[in-house]
Amino acid sequence: MAEIVLDKVTKRYPDGALAVSDVDIEIADGEFLILVGPSGCGKSTTLNMIAGLEDITDGELRIDGQRVNERAPKDRDIAMVFQSYALYPHMSVRENMAFPLRLAKVDNQTVNQKVDEAARILDLTQHLDRKPANLSGGQRQRVAMGRAIVRDPKAFLMDEPLSNLDAKLRVQMRTSVSKLQKRLGTTTVYVTHDQTEAMTLGDRVVVMRGGHVQQIGSPQFLYEQPANLFVAGFIGSPSMNFLPATLENGGLSTPLGAFPLTDRIRLLVEGANAPREVIMGLRPEHFEDAALVDGQSTTFEATVDVLESMGSDKFAYFTVEGETATSAELEELAADAGSADLTDSGAQIVTRLSAASAAKQGTPLDVWFDADKVQLFDPADGRNLTYSG
Amino acid sequence: MAAIGTAAPAGAKARWALIDILVVVYALVPVLWIVSLSFKTKETLTDGNFVPRSWTWQNYVDIFNTTEFIRALVNSIGIALIATVIAVVLGTMAAYAIARLEFPGKRALVGVSLLIAMFPQVSLVSPLFEMERGLGLFDTWPGLILPYITFALPLAIYTLSAFFREIPWELEKAAKMDGATPAQAFRRVIAPLAAPGVFTTAILVFIFCWNDFLFAISLTSTEASRTVPAALSFFTGSSQFEDPTGTVSAAAVVITVPIILFVLFFQRRIVAGLTSGAVKG
Amino acid sequence: MTRTLDRPVARRAERKGLSEGKKAERKLGWMLCAPAALVMLAVTGYPIVYSVWLSLQRYDLRFPDQRQFIGIDNYVTVLTNSYWWMAFGVTTLITVISVAIELVLGMALAIVMHRTLVMRGLVRTVALIPYGIVTVVAAFSWRYAWTQDTGYLADLFAPGAALLTERVPALGIIILAEVWKTVPFMALLLMAGLALVPDDLLKAASMDGASAWQRFVKVTVPVMKPAILVALLFRTLDAFRVFDNIFVLTNGAQQTGSVSMQTYNNLIKGLNLGIGSTMSVLIFLAVALIAFLFIKVFGTAAPGGADERKR
Repeated sequence: MAEIVLDKVTKRYPDGALAVSDVDIEIADGEFLILVGPSGCGKSTTLNMIAGLEDITDGELRIDGQRVNERAPKDRDIAMVFQSYALYPHMSVRENMAFPLRLAKVDNQTVNQKVDEAARILDLTQHLDRKPANLSGGQRQRVAMGRAIVRDPKAFLMDEPLSNLDAKLRVQMRTSVSKLQKRLGTTTVYVTHDQTEAMTLGDRVVVMRGGHVQQIGSPQFLYEQPANLFVAGFIGSPSMNFLPATLENGGLSTPLGAFPLTDRIRLLVEGANAPREVIMGLRPEHFEDAALVDGQSTTFEATVDVLESMGSDKFAYFTVEGETATSAELEELAADAGSADLTDSGAQIVTRLSAASAAKQGTPLDVWFDADKVQLFDPADGRNLTYSG
Repeated sequence: MAAIGTAAPAGAKARWALIDILVVVYALVPVLWIVSLSFKTKETLTDGNFVPRSWTWQNYVDIFNTTEFIRALVNSIGIALIATVIAVVLGTMAAYAIARLEFPGKRALVGVSLLIAMFPQVSLVSPLFEMERGLGLFDTWPGLILPYITFALPLAIYTLSAFFREIPWELEKAAKMDGATPAQAFRRVIAPLAAPGVFTTAILVFIFCWNDFLFAISLTSTEASRTVPAALSFFTGSSQFEDPTGTVSAAAVVITVPIILFVLFFQRRIVAGLTSGAVKG
Repeated sequence: MTRTLDRPVARRAERKGLSEGKKAERKLGWMLCAPAALVMLAVTGYPIVYSVWLSLQRYDLRFPDQRQFIGIDNYVTVLTNSYWWMAFGVTTLITVISVAIELVLGMALAIVMHRTLVMRGLVRTVALIPYGIVTVVAAFSWRYAWTQDTGYLADLFAPGAALLTERVPALGIIILAEVWKTVPFMALLLMAGLALVPDDLLKAASMDGASAWQRFVKVTVPVMKPAILVALLFRTLDAFRVFDNIFVLTNGAQQTGSVSMQTYNNLIKGLNLGIGSTMSVLIFLAVALIAFLFIKVFGTAAPGGADERKR
């Protein structure tokens, strides 16, 4: 059990490339912290620096108040689960799990007792004498977890531990990882590029981009109060809709029409020293079929391009004529999603309508949106003008 | 299409069988010929027949009755084994470092060993001849073991570093996280995984040392360290006037036996070893 | 004031250096490489320098008193000597012809080993025998095969002819012995290259209407070109050192000696260290030139070279 503090931690490679810049994170004892971001954002480098597998160029890493920058991994008392599991192929499951204890020169009886206990927790008892090559992906993953927990280390580091599993198993293992962490109460740092994993697993989530921390907070907070355009676009699935908008005498003119700002938003925007041209963000669930809402004022009409019925609700896709919102953050998000070169005329909008909606593919629909849930961003630096955290 | 399709019609199989037999004949005829000669009696030795008309063990009895051959065989085995062990141990250490660790001077080492691999051995014969005479190493075991190690090292380093590279990187990181020092990570995780590669390399290095002729005739002058390939070229038969063909053949067969055994038992490994180091670049 | 300020700064700079882990890694790397590096340097590095030094001296072990520094005189002697150039010509001839034949046969054998539908293990095993067998043993086999009366091949072309004592047939037999021994090695290197050609690529080519020969020339060969070049480089350098076969088959008689034979004769038989060393240096330069040409002109990726480092 331990508290881990990253104090202005920076990683610069010999060729001058800056991988991680001035990262400040305080991880509380027993906390489950997620590092999330697109590939190349520095999350794995950060994890490796905590592990001691990579040098820290600048700044300080403290575990339980002690500086550990110069300590070799073995002297940090931290266990790690790798994306490839990194099971020793020449050792049986039992030997794999016992390996850290053997290195620590723990006596035989204790080793067996701890391995057996870990195997029971992870449901591996009947596989203890098999070699990793004879295990399924899920079993290998559990052996990797087992090897981490037998030592009862100060902290667990997990580097995309579920990304090699198929979709269904990943969801199952997600739950068991979460349960296991709660049960053991061990400080855990978990790296993933999957925002769903980040949202469902973590006590707190750190969103990284280009080596910089974008925002730290609970999943719900990041969802509701993204600090900037990047976090807003990265967190949430389907992601937030972005449209260009103009602030004019207390109202907002957008491709969806002009409407007055609510009092709450007007106050925030005035305090934020907003420019005239902004980017408006709206999450899919803040739209609704206008026929199902009373006393609406903010509506627009558009033709449904595609309708996906999920049973519990319906996703309706619209194309809104006019310009699309542009900013560096949005381009990066599009590149990460692999949709950067998809050219569409007009902006795509995703809406989540209730199952009762009569929307039909190819026919026009009156759509309402919640004007009080609108978020506004500065296109120049991406900051959230309606941030109230 | 036959070359690509997965289904194998009988005709294609027969065609391949024929080609395969051709390859077998190609590879075996010279070997069988020397075997045949070694079993021929003195009388039939010059009949030019591929298969002996009368068989005898006499040639083998003869060579094992000469100290010349026994000495040479002992020299060959001893020198090749010692050189192999040392070259593989040193090569394993260096290859691990090259494949796994970051340290200044690594490229220089790779470059130097590459240079040696391409080096004409005869270029070393002159200076080594002179140096070894000065150091008293001429015509001794170490006098041959040293150059063998040197020329075997590049081979060992390449083959082994290719094997080492195939061991997943993360295992070593995992070992470090599990509390191992770099030395422990090597001994307990990497070494057991590398054992097959080390073994393969040992076979290749042994074959190399066993095979050498140039150093063996240049750096030796007596039975004290002359190996079988060198001794063969000095064979004169049990007496001056006797034709040595039969005894030379018998001796040649004797030193071919270990090679055949290696090839039979470790074919897969030898193929993997020869191809992994060389072509990946 | 400045002094008291300097101290913590200096200490920090020190701390910023390599962590214990990295330092340990460096140290381990050096320690592990040191023995191999030392042996290689001692047994090749120093002798190379020493042989350059010897090559600049008149040094004949039969007349040790006449030892003296003579500059490049030895080089002039060797390079104006017709026997040297004869040996050089023979070596080049053997190298070019045998490597050319090996490439063709090696490719054929590689395809057989790679594609054969039956007896694959047997073919691969048997093909390793020529590679593994002691060169001298194979050379004796070929010598006896062509020796009058004894050999099964002696009367193949002309009854009663002693082929090994005639220059052209003798060179032919030397090349045959070289080729026989090294085709399997060539084939193994090429087979590794063949394995890199994706089956889907060949299927696509045949869907596009390419015949078997077109697939080989237009798809297989270009894809495995790096492997072919490396195999050629290895074998060319190796063939240039040809010694064992010549020694056993003709002992260099009838002007069939290679540069290695010449060097050996001058050194061990003639005991002329100065001339022997000069020849050693010249062979080294020739080999270096061949390697340089392969790497620069053909763009051969030397193993452990640029490509390898990137990984």
